Amino acid sequence: MARSQARVVVTGLGATTPVGGDVASTWESLLAGRSGVRKLTQEWVADLPVQIGAPAAVDPSEVLPRVEARRLDRSAQFAIICAREAWADAGFSGKASEAGLDPDRVGVVCASGIGGLTTLLSNYDQLRDSGPRRVSPLAIPMLMPNSPSANVSIDLQAQAGAHTPVSACSSSAEAIALAVDMIRLGRADVVVAGGTEAVISPLPIAAFANMMALSKRSDDPTVVSRPFDKNRDGFVLGEGGALMVLESAEHAEARGARVYAEVAGAGMSADAHHIAQPEPTGRGVITAIRKALADAGLSPEDIGHVNCHATSTPAGDVAESVALNAVFGDRTPSIPVTAPKSMIGHLLGGAGAVESLATVLTLHHGLVPPTANVDDVDDDINLDIVRTTPRKLDDGPLAALNDSFGFGGHNVVLAFRRA
Amino acid sequence: MASTEEIREGLAEIVNEITGVPAEDVQLDKSFTDDLDIDSLSMVEVVVAAEEKFGVKIPDEEVKNLATVGDAVTFIEKAGS
Repeated sequence: MARSQARVVVTGLGATTPVGGDVASTWESLLAGRSGVRKLTQEWVADLPVQIGAPAAVDPSEVLPRVEARRLDRSAQFAIICAREAWADAGFSGKASEAGLDPDRVGVVCASGIGGLTTLLSNYDQLRDSGPRRVSPLAIPMLMPNSPSANVSIDLQAQAGAHTPVSACSSSAEAIALAVDMIRLGRADVVVAGGTEAVISPLPIAAFANMMALSKRSDDPTVVSRPFDKNRDGFVLGEGGALMVLESAEHAEARGARVYAEVAGAGMSADAHHIAQPEPTGRGVITAIRKALADAGLSPEDIGHVNCHATSTPAGDVAESVALNAVFGDRTPSIPVTAPKSMIGHLLGGAGAVESLATVLTLHHGLVPPTANVDDVDDDINLDIVRTTPRKLDDGPLAALNDSFGFGGHNVVLAFRRA
Repeated sequence: MASTEEIREGLAEIVNEITGVPAEDVQLDKSFTDDLDIDSLSMVEVVVAAEEKFGVKIPDEEVKNLATVGDAVTFIEKAGS
């Protein structure tokens, strides 16, 4: 299919992450290389094989009114917080109609990797311990994976459609790709896109640990997540998310909006290989990168930065390096890359959105945040990893990629371009 | 057995906890939906919490008859006697 001519730009940003309760504090922490990984302090952690995580820096209960919060799963609380920040950042206030927008031209694509898992589990506890009458009438509206998306649409009066892609750890990157489609296909002018996750809880920790996906290191929590380093042994579970206001360039220009960057294109593929293991040749990832470049009308030479998926697992990080080298060839070692999961852990369904937001800010400010904990680069990794301090990027035309891959073999690569 | 006023106060606490409506607004003549803006989901939460607090059973088919705070208080008084 021919590429649509409609350009899509980013005009608003919202985030709540393990390193900051908003975009400004998150960005500052990323530039400073500050980790949000901590020893978990909940009582239930005692019996678990992994006792660290990357909880949200600011608890949503500190931001949302109590009554509003109690009707929302934590994943939807994050979504509402991110949406309101992004909405205001884009220059909108109140609901869509109050902000001078046609509600039927405003959409939401807010992803979740797992949905309202802690709501489900606490209601199961009620059922088992106190009987069916004590199961909350809000259980289903809170635990359904589309709840964050639906609640954002209600909050902003976004009536063009509210969607919820689910592809594990690439879910929120897919959300951004689908939002671009909505705008290109003429279904909306403005789409709030991204995703959240909130599953720091015993069952997911035990399950991810039993998959051998989590790091079992028990030293200083801040050094455990170490993408590309020889001594990496798995990811750290994080929570939070991000949402961005995407807009057709025409719509943004007409209202004089500040533009952070352009979402130039997206590429998606499926490995069709294994439900949890990365495909070792990087075949699916390579395809997704090439599709993203083609969709964006970019050549490999145009790419000046890659925000990597790099979760700190032994196999995954190597597979990503192999794929990048296959696409960029001899130029690969001169493209600065970074891995935010070294500081924020893995936000699962929120990861692609937070890392896309970081990519957008990297283009906007011309600064690549460092990757923490890369003390000794794995011999199988052939990349220019930005370490210790931020790397300044040249002025002028610049494009960057954000990689996101999910259990199940989902690959989503987004291409961003300086506005 | 609790007095009418004690039951109203107890209900008002529950309504405040669940919906944020100020307890002093929860008066006998107030309609749960029209005056207090309580939706059907929150109403179920209120009913279950009231059952627990007052040790009564409020069957689902009764809930639609409890239009006002006064209706609920009367039901609880009768059910508890």
